[in-house]
Amino acid sequence: MAATGDYALWAWLAPGVSFLLLSLVVPLRRSGRPAAWLSIVFSAGALAGAVLAWRATVPDMARRILWEWIPVEDGVLTSVGVLADADSTLMLILVALVSFLVQVYSLGYLADEPPPSLGRYYAYQSLFAFSMMGLVLAPNFVQLFICWELVGLCSYLLIGYWYQRPEVARAAVKAFWVTKAGDVGFLIGIVMLWSRTGTFDFSELFEMAQGGSDALTGLGLVMAFIYLGAAGKSAQFPFHIWLPDAMEGPTPVSALIHAATMVTAGVYMLFRASFLFEQTPEVLHAVGWIGAFTALFAATMACVQADIKRVLAYSTVSQLGYMMAAIGAGFASAGFLHLLTHGVFKALLFLGAGAIIHAVGSNDIFAMGGLARRMPQTFVVFLIGTLSLTGIPFFAGFFSKEEILGATWAGGLTMPFAMLVLAAFLTAFYMFRVVFIAFFGAPVAAAAGAPAHGAHGAHDAAHAHDAPATMTVVLWVLGLLALAIGIGFARSYPESEFVAPGWITPLAIGVAVGGIALATAVYPLRWISPEWLARRLSVLGEAAHERFWLDDFFALVYRIGILGLSRIVGWIDRYIVDGILNVLSAWTLTAGDRLRRIQSGQAQDYIYGVALGVLLLMVWMRWPR
Amino acid sequence: MTLQAYLTLAAMLFCIGLFGVMTRRNTIGILLGIELMLNAVNINLVAFARYHGDVSGMVFTVFTICITVAEVALGLALVILIYRIRRTAVADHLDLLKG
Repeated sequence: MAATGDYALWAWLAPGVSFLLLSLVVPLRRSGRPAAWLSIVFSAGALAGAVLAWRATVPDMARRILWEWIPVEDGVLTSVGVLADADSTLMLILVALVSFLVQVYSLGYLADEPPPSLGRYYAYQSLFAFSMMGLVLAPNFVQLFICWELVGLCSYLLIGYWYQRPEVARAAVKAFWVTKAGDVGFLIGIVMLWSRTGTFDFSELFEMAQGGSDALTGLGLVMAFIYLGAAGKSAQFPFHIWLPDAMEGPTPVSALIHAATMVTAGVYMLFRASFLFEQTPEVLHAVGWIGAFTALFAATMACVQADIKRVLAYSTVSQLGYMMAAIGAGFASAGFLHLLTHGVFKALLFLGAGAIIHAVGSNDIFAMGGLARRMPQTFVVFLIGTLSLTGIPFFAGFFSKEEILGATWAGGLTMPFAMLVLAAFLTAFYMFRVVFIAFFGAPVAAAAGAPAHGAHGAHDAAHAHDAPATMTVVLWVLGLLALAIGIGFARSYPESEFVAPGWITPLAIGVAVGGIALATAVYPLRWISPEWLARRLSVLGEAAHERFWLDDFFALVYRIGILGLSRIVGWIDRYIVDGILNVLSAWTLTAGDRLRRIQSGQAQDYIYGVALGVLLLMVWMRWPR
Repeated sequence: MTLQAYLTLAAMLFCIGLFGVMTRRNTIGILLGIELMLNAVNINLVAFARYHGDVSGMVFTVFTICITVAEVALGLALVILIYRIRRTAVADHLDLLKG
């Protein structure tokens, strides 16, 4: 029993050690592949530690290892350490697993990179794994927040991996800024919570919540601020705009950070703090509504994208919306379950997409086509991922998605429930649209879309072939895992916290099959031509293409709001603050100029002055009083 | 001779010296004026020493004379240097410190 915390601690520290080695031992980092292998070995160790920690957990028992960090007069302000229980160790396994697999995959994907860049990449990867595990195991809000910022930093660094290209640098900065906007709210929320309760510690807060402490009443504003952080990190409307642009980073990074782990940090945090959110049903309601709206909203945008990674990015936003909706309905464990399964199959989809991009040399789905025959292995695993995401029975996503639908219905969120069902339909449609366009038919528009990064030379769909072994093996591992999870759930269905009506299961399968049927009718069979469909939905399609003008709106707000404010502040600074100082200094200068004249430079004049002064002093002393 | 006579002499001497310092155009003349003022002080010191019957005033006078000698030597050296550099020893022309 005692071991679970220790295993978790070792799992957490392993990537930290490899990061320190890679960052401090410069020749090692610049050597490239040895650095990569070091990082991979350490992350394999982390994975082993995570699995051992999970196996050693006892139900309903949390094991804590704490070090006092900031001592104050009466006790300790905050500590660092690990809080290992069944949930955090499960999440730990997901993080360690995906991070390990992605690091192996990157060996193949980034094989053409120069050694120093590769070393830098693996140093960032190690730092990310370390920070993310610290976040997962955090026993209090302070450590959570610090690691939260660290993963944000890693996200920024890894999106900007090919920083020489201006649009990549811009995407990295955008991701950093948008999430930072939410993080400010998060920080305010944490501090407000502390000023109410006097503690950052999850266990102490949990005891307060159990005991019905007065300190936890009327926390609406506090929890809304904390939710803001989660909304920024987990790309909830209207903060979702950074995630599609983050796809400029290398595909393995997208799989790890922007699909499986970091973006789910917000969901995980809400899950972790769900006992606090339960005190504020009005905030939970808002979380549910925003989540469901995000799910639907992002799904519509995913339908019109031509870039395979962007389709997956919007799909991630949409699935994060699902998780948030379940949490908003009050059943956080349903959201957490979907987080875990989604982490597996979305990483699979991204890595599959990476294999395709690696082979074709383009992100554009219309430049692909007919890949099913040329890349059979990739096709099979990508199909497994797609079916999981769509929610077909016996695949990983089915149970968790149905759980979420049931949770929102049971939580009384009828309208969000309807939005989620519609989003599920769209999910099936857009995923199979990608599958049909990319894997069947012929390449429609070669080189029409944005080219992928320049490292791959002249590939095209006609000469595509399956990726090298390091990549393919990873794909198979994730694919089989997605299948295994699905079948495992089918054999022993996890017990729900709520009672969902029986018609939800057929409904979920129905909309998924309906979406697939529509995609089949439109793309391979051409019963309905895509052009006709686009014309009928021209307004919506146009709006979705333009991302519902949200990016433009933010740019406008930035131009008018921030720049306008800075202009006013600049005017005040220039003319009022500087003005007062300028007047003062001008007066001083004039006075100095006048006084200067009395200095004649003639020694005798000064003697006159001295003599006159002495005379005056004598008169003053002798003056009759 | 009373103390007052000595003091009057000293005051007159001091005033003559001060007048010289303030009005002479030549730097050497100014130095001479300073000498007169210092000697007026010496007369004062000696007069009071005699009046109080205390020798320390006289001792101080000896010190003053020594220092005066050094001061004059230094002053003359400066005047010579200034004359060499600026080709003049007239005080009105030495106004480099004019503001």
